[in-house]
Amino acid sequence: MSGTHAHTVAYVRETMLPEQDPPLTEAGAIKWMRENLFSGWLNNILTILSIFVIYSVLSHIVPWFYNSIWNAGSLSECREIRDATIGSDASSACFAVISDRWQQLLFGFYASEAYWRPVLALVLFLVAMGPILFESVPRKLLWYTAASPFILFWLLWGGSIWGPIAVAAGFAVGWGAFVGVSLFAGTLLAVIAAILVPILYWMFLAGPIAGGLHSIIPIGITFIESDDFGGFMLSFIIGISGIILSLPLGILLALGRQSDMFIINKVSVAFIEVIRGVPLIVWLFTASLLLNYFLPPGTNFDLMLRVIIMVTLFSAAYIAEVVRGGLAALPKGQYEAADALGLDYWKSMRLIVLPQALKISIPGIVNTFIGLFKDTTLVVFIGLLDPIGLSGAIRASTDWNGIYWELFVFIGLLFFVCCFSMGQYSIFLERKLRREHR
Amino acid sequence: MTTQSDPPKQAFRLSQLIYDTRYRSLTIQTVAMILLAVGLFWLVNNTVQNLQALGKDFNFGFLGERAGYDINQRLVEYSSNSTHGRAALVGILNTLLVAFLGCILATVLGIIAGVLRLSNNWLVAKLMAVYVEGFRNVPLLLWIIAIFAVMTESMPQPREFRGETPTASMMLNDSVAVTNRGVYVPRIAFTNSLTGNEAVASRDGLTPVASGGIDWLLILVVLGASLFGIRAVRRWASAQQEATGIRPVTWYMQLGLLVVPTGIVLLILGATVVNPYLKGFNFTDGIHLRNSLIALWLALSLYTGAFIAEIVRGGILAINKGQTEASYALGLRPGRTMNLVILPQALRVIIPPLISQYLNLTKNSSLAIAVGYMDVRSTLGGITINQTGRELEGMLLLGGFYLVLSLAISTVMNIYNSSVKLKER
Repeated sequence: MSGTHAHTVAYVRETMLPEQDPPLTEAGAIKWMRENLFSGWLNNILTILSIFVIYSVLSHIVPWFYNSIWNAGSLSECREIRDATIGSDASSACFAVISDRWQQLLFGFYASEAYWRPVLALVLFLVAMGPILFESVPRKLLWYTAASPFILFWLLWGGSIWGPIAVAAGFAVGWGAFVGVSLFAGTLLAVIAAILVPILYWMFLAGPIAGGLHSIIPIGITFIESDDFGGFMLSFIIGISGIILSLPLGILLALGRQSDMFIINKVSVAFIEVIRGVPLIVWLFTASLLLNYFLPPGTNFDLMLRVIIMVTLFSAAYIAEVVRGGLAALPKGQYEAADALGLDYWKSMRLIVLPQALKISIPGIVNTFIGLFKDTTLVVFIGLLDPIGLSGAIRASTDWNGIYWELFVFIGLLFFVCCFSMGQYSIFLERKLRREHR
Repeated sequence: MTTQSDPPKQAFRLSQLIYDTRYRSLTIQTVAMILLAVGLFWLVNNTVQNLQALGKDFNFGFLGERAGYDINQRLVEYSSNSTHGRAALVGILNTLLVAFLGCILATVLGIIAGVLRLSNNWLVAKLMAVYVEGFRNVPLLLWIIAIFAVMTESMPQPREFRGETPTASMMLNDSVAVTNRGVYVPRIAFTNSLTGNEAVASRDGLTPVASGGIDWLLILVVLGASLFGIRAVRRWASAQQEATGIRPVTWYMQLGLLVVPTGIVLLILGATVVNPYLKGFNFTDGIHLRNSLIALWLALSLYTGAFIAEIVRGGILAINKGQTEASYALGLRPGRTMNLVILPQALRVIIPPLISQYLNLTKNSSLAIAVGYMDVRSTLGGITINQTGRELEGMLLLGGFYLVLSLAISTVMNIYNSSVKLKER
């Protein structure tokens, strides 16, 4: 066609060339490597260094894992098997300690015929968390979520079923008091009644009612002492209770710190700073050594419960600071708009301020939760048998004397999986709640 | 025309205390105050009763009594005849020592890892991601115990350094020995010490600072004066630049000021490096860094370094790319762009969380209990409490120490924060 052009010149091509493949160095894996690994002298050095690091780590770990022995009764037996099959100078992991003692690492000294209880509790807990974590789960399940603390408590500790039911009934009593009083008196009195009546009920009535019902219809499972709890079960119970209890407390503290009321403000500030200023381990020692001084003479309550209370207070102070950051980051117009709509303090907080502030603080809150879960390992110092404490106990037995890495790898891996998935969930939540810059 | 009139005056009614927003906050605060006072009174009353029942009193006199226990790691003179107060001081210094060392190493590690995680080298970025996630998601306690186990189980015993064919050897030109009892590094001794004799380090512990105290003080003073001189030179250079537009070349002056005076002092004092050597069954001389210190230091630094890496990464990512482009457009070279434009802004994002990480590191150093490092929790909050039975007083002092430390650090943070904060409106 272009041949018809008048000023066509011989050296100008008239048709398009067919597309060529890119040169070998600019395509596929080679191109990727040139861009990502060897793009300059500094990168070359870094790449070679990293390859060296990876090699030197893997050259130790891979044979160790590859040669691992899973069936043996003791460390010496493990070594005999290794000498017989691989050779005495080979490095080999003795994961037999895990297959021998995994129950202890997971459940501590919990009665072995009752292992189904914590397992079932974990499943029930995950189901209960469903409607909170994911929107697609039917909302009706929230009723089950509200009931689950009592179910889980009963499953884990056992005893008569009437105890948890009688305690749970306290909330119904409170609701009844609220409705009943608000019929003939103001809302304020009703709220006071809704707080006071259940407390009186729990203090004086719940025990006898549960006992009476139990003597009529004895339904229950074996009671298991807190002392028998241990391993990851203990970490989970302390961590999860702390997480669930500390969030509302932390939000209240943050609101207190933002408050205009002088006394409320100063009390919140003092509480937060004192708790945050002292390491958790000192608080745990306080719980185990000093709490008896502060309580009426003769009171003595469960060490595990004390730890849960301490851990809750501790992480509540941290969450308060995170939430305060969220509250401060919210534009002032949001507060003013809520006031302009005529909402009272709690309504404006509940409907306008907190949903936005909490959204901003999600990463910080989840980081606090991860920190709390990791900190549950500190309970080993006041005599509770968490996984690290149990690893020491296992090492102290004659069978497994001198075994370190297998236990550390197992414990570290379980913690890693839990904490990493919490972090990933927070990233997922952040993406889902992101409203701007789509 | 509108006439304004005051709202009708009404007599004060009791219900206004609850329903009138002018008075409600007062009501709430009064109620809170009363509840708080009752609660506090209840706690104090319980404590008094419990103390009476146990036949104990509340006084801090035990701090002046003889401690009667040894501390193997100490920065100041201490023996079992010293007082509990002295033991607490040794513990405090040990806590501060590991916190100080940890903050330095954690910062270095964190900056390297944070920058490398942003590198366009895929392998390095992934490696750093593994480091950060690995340390962030596993309890610190596990890392401390694991590193301590490496130090005590996998390192050679001192006797393996001996004999014709030793199975282990010292590193760095026979100056550093890594054994399962700790790491031995060279110390600096002064042959013409101001104290009149050669500074002698005691056999264990980190004590050469105490032995040649005055000499080190002199060196520090000279070094401080040099730094002051360097600042003066810089100020002079800036003034020259303001006046003439040309910045005089001063790097050789600065370097000279830094090196020469200190070097002269070291020469006069006759500073020599003393290497540790094998004597009997163990190494002697040099500085003995115990396993407990090393394990705690490394674990704290690696753990906190992972958090600092994320902070540094976030800080760098937070700076808009337009800032770099704008400063290039102004004609600034890359180095000055970094120094004058990027870093000041990135530091504003990085420093506050960085200092709170330092705070965390200091508080986490109380995990020393896992490896038997004698920090303040182990001396004052551990052995002293066990020996004297003064839980209440001991824990109170311990908590007070950490609280004061935290408040001091966060005060510094707040001052810094307000000085670098964006000045708006």
